[in-house]
Amino acid sequence: MAAVFAAGILSFLLARSIFVPKSFGQYGHYRGAALQEIAARPITFAGHDACESCHTDVQETKSKGVHAPVACESCHGPLAKHADDPTALQPPKMDVAVLCVRCHEANKAKPKSFPQVVSADHSGGVVCNTCHQPHSPRIAEAAGTNGDTSSGGGQ
Amino acid sequence: MTLTRRRLLYLLPAAAIAWDSLIAGTPETAPNYNMTDHWWGLLIDVTKCIGCGTCVNACQAENNVPEGYYRTWVERYHVSDWNFENPQVDSPEGGKHGFPALEKEGGKSFYVPKMCNHCADSPCTQVCPVGATFVSPDGVVLVDQKYCLGCRYCIQACPYGCRFLNPETNTASKCTLCYHRITKGLTTACCETCPTGTRQLVDLKNPNDPVHKFIETHSVQVLKPHLATQAKAFYYGLDGSVR
Amino acid sequence: MNGIPVEGFMYPNEIELQWSVLIVLYPFLTGLVAGAFILASLERVFRVEAVKPTYRLALLTALAFLLIAPLPLQLHLGHPERSLEMYLTPHTSSAMAMFGFVYLWYLMAVLVLEIWLDYRRDIVILSQSTTGVKRLFYKALTLGSSNISDRALAIDHKTGWIITVIGIPSAFLLHGYVGFIFGSVKANPWWSSPLMPVVFLFSAMVSGIAAVMLVYMFLCKARREPIDMACVDTVAKYLFYAFLIDFTLELLDLIHRIYEADESFRSLDFMVHTKLYLPHIVIQILLGTLTPIVLLGITQVVRLSDMKRRLLYMTAGCLTLIGIFAMRWNVVIGGQLFSKSFLGYTTYKLRLIDREGLLVAIVLTVLPFFILWALIKLLPPWEDVKGEHLMTAYGDD
Repeated sequence: MAAVFAAGILSFLLARSIFVPKSFGQYGHYRGAALQEIAARPITFAGHDACESCHTDVQETKSKGVHAPVACESCHGPLAKHADDPTALQPPKMDVAVLCVRCHEANKAKPKSFPQVVSADHSGGVVCNTCHQPHSPRIAEAAGTNGDTSSGGGQ
Repeated sequence: MTLTRRRLLYLLPAAAIAWDSLIAGTPETAPNYNMTDHWWGLLIDVTKCIGCGTCVNACQAENNVPEGYYRTWVERYHVSDWNFENPQVDSPEGGKHGFPALEKEGGKSFYVPKMCNHCADSPCTQVCPVGATFVSPDGVVLVDQKYCLGCRYCIQACPYGCRFLNPETNTASKCTLCYHRITKGLTTACCETCPTGTRQLVDLKNPNDPVHKFIETHSVQVLKPHLATQAKAFYYGLDGSVR
Repeated sequence: MNGIPVEGFMYPNEIELQWSVLIVLYPFLTGLVAGAFILASLERVFRVEAVKPTYRLALLTALAFLLIAPLPLQLHLGHPERSLEMYLTPHTSSAMAMFGFVYLWYLMAVLVLEIWLDYRRDIVILSQSTTGVKRLFYKALTLGSSNISDRALAIDHKTGWIITVIGIPSAFLLHGYVGFIFGSVKANPWWSSPLMPVVFLFSAMVSGIAAVMLVYMFLCKARREPIDMACVDTVAKYLFYAFLIDFTLELLDLIHRIYEADESFRSLDFMVHTKLYLPHIVIQILLGTLTPIVLLGITQVVRLSDMKRRLLYMTAGCLTLIGIFAMRWNVVIGGQLFSKSFLGYTTYKLRLIDREGLLVAIVLTVLPFFILWALIKLLPPWEDVKGEHLMTAYGDD
């Protein structure tokens, strides 16, 4: 019986040395290599810095308007592939009617100070970018830098 | 010398240990990004959230989150009176397609984004039987997809409901704080695309980080503080009714 | 989530249950193991002579269930092929990881060793009296030793006694640990309680004792042997005592919850009265606890005929097993039906044909009895093996 137990314990120790991954315990009770594997995942959103490095004109417009803090990919979707190779992937055209109301449709739970409208009553069926320029959407009372209508990417 | 049974019993354990150290090898070299320089967290400003669901969609796109499961989601609360005990809460598909009109009159209503809190004293990593989930040296709670058994104990142990079993990999899955992005100097997908600045990544080891300064100078809360998880998702403007 | 009805609000990832009926089955099976072993130890350590006829049967029952117990876990895991990791890199802060070693310890150092020591004499005799494959099998089991002198047997007996003494706290640890796996989860107020390991342990004892009692009565009937009433009366008495303790503990938990009424109370209370009404109030409490206690209590105070007592014992035993299974169900499934936001409830969809479905659960519950049948054939628990004559009496091939 004792021999059976000894054999069992020995084979356990042997299995341990063979099967436990090498990087286990490197930083804690886990496989150290997992950190690099997780960090090596490909990027899907380029980040607004990447967009701004090329699209300086749009950035110029946007930075002066109320959409300045809104990242490009918030509306345009993930575009890391486009940033890597601009000609390989053209950003898809967006459905403006769906896009704008996602944020701006009135809802009692939204903060009161946030600009929101009941879209059905607001424009009489006219699509948002007929009057609003997405990169600088506020409609100025008087003509000025805010009412800039240069498109630079708006659909 | 004769190899008696007793001598063999002494010799074999020693041999096993020697074999162990022989094939241990050297650990991988460290990446350029220095983990010990960072201690990641998140600040969520509830007063700014508009429930647009852009964060939920961005996370799904960035991390291949399967349909019906959520690494982050948005809840909508309606509190009709002074009593915190019965808020009306909904989260249709995690808020992915926004929220329908609110029927209720009166009271207060607001949105609360939820995600993994990357607890420093995380109850989920405590219960993992094999060390497949862990707190990284830079404060991110991660899951080793190659090591996880899929026992689901961590999912039971998370008080915030942020974990799920990924049906494609049959392993536990959850918000990784976009570890693959933050280690490259980018911010998380949800913070990047949040249009109102509700979500902001914070490096709690960086005293110059403006978000870190905000946390140090304003009243912030964490979810379920009585469970002492040392959660690192800080909420500004959190109502007492939030679960 | 598709197709799962939700009432109120649940965190989106909570809607689908994580632990299925297989995780209900697992504590049920290990509970039977612990309980059966405690019954066996009554004779061995506490010298309760009356229960001697059930001694070997209790050990074999424990072994049969312990061998099957890992199967529901393996079927539940997302990656069963990685389960060896629990032994290779156990996370010492995880109750589940340490349980792997408790299980292994209990299986090898307690149960298998004790059975081997108790049966050693019979194994040696059988290794000499049988032929063919059986002979090889018994010869292997002897592990090389064929010494059955009086002195060797006395050593066996003494060692077996020591192992049983170690085995009692080991059995407590075996099932107490399962209770701790649930009881230590602070995220879940239905589970999180220091009483959980104790409640699990005593309900395990109740179920194990009831199971051995039923198996013994059934086997006596099947072998057309008279049931030793002194034995069964004593087993039933211990069942009754264990039940009283178990019921007291569960009542304490209930009263404590109702009185303190913490943030989870209203949500849990509503759940017990609606979703868990049938499994908890009707099956676990009324049919599975109160009824057996009353039936067993009657046999303790009223003098009844042998036949009436046997009937009451069988009824009480069956109801007990159903009730204890319901208790595991209410803990495991019940603990996942309510939202950790305390604002909603989900539903458990139990499929018939599924890796973790009802059919698999039924097969796994029945399987230990086949193993037990095989063990009884190989290592007969009743009379001492006298030789070839006795083997043919069992009608073997």
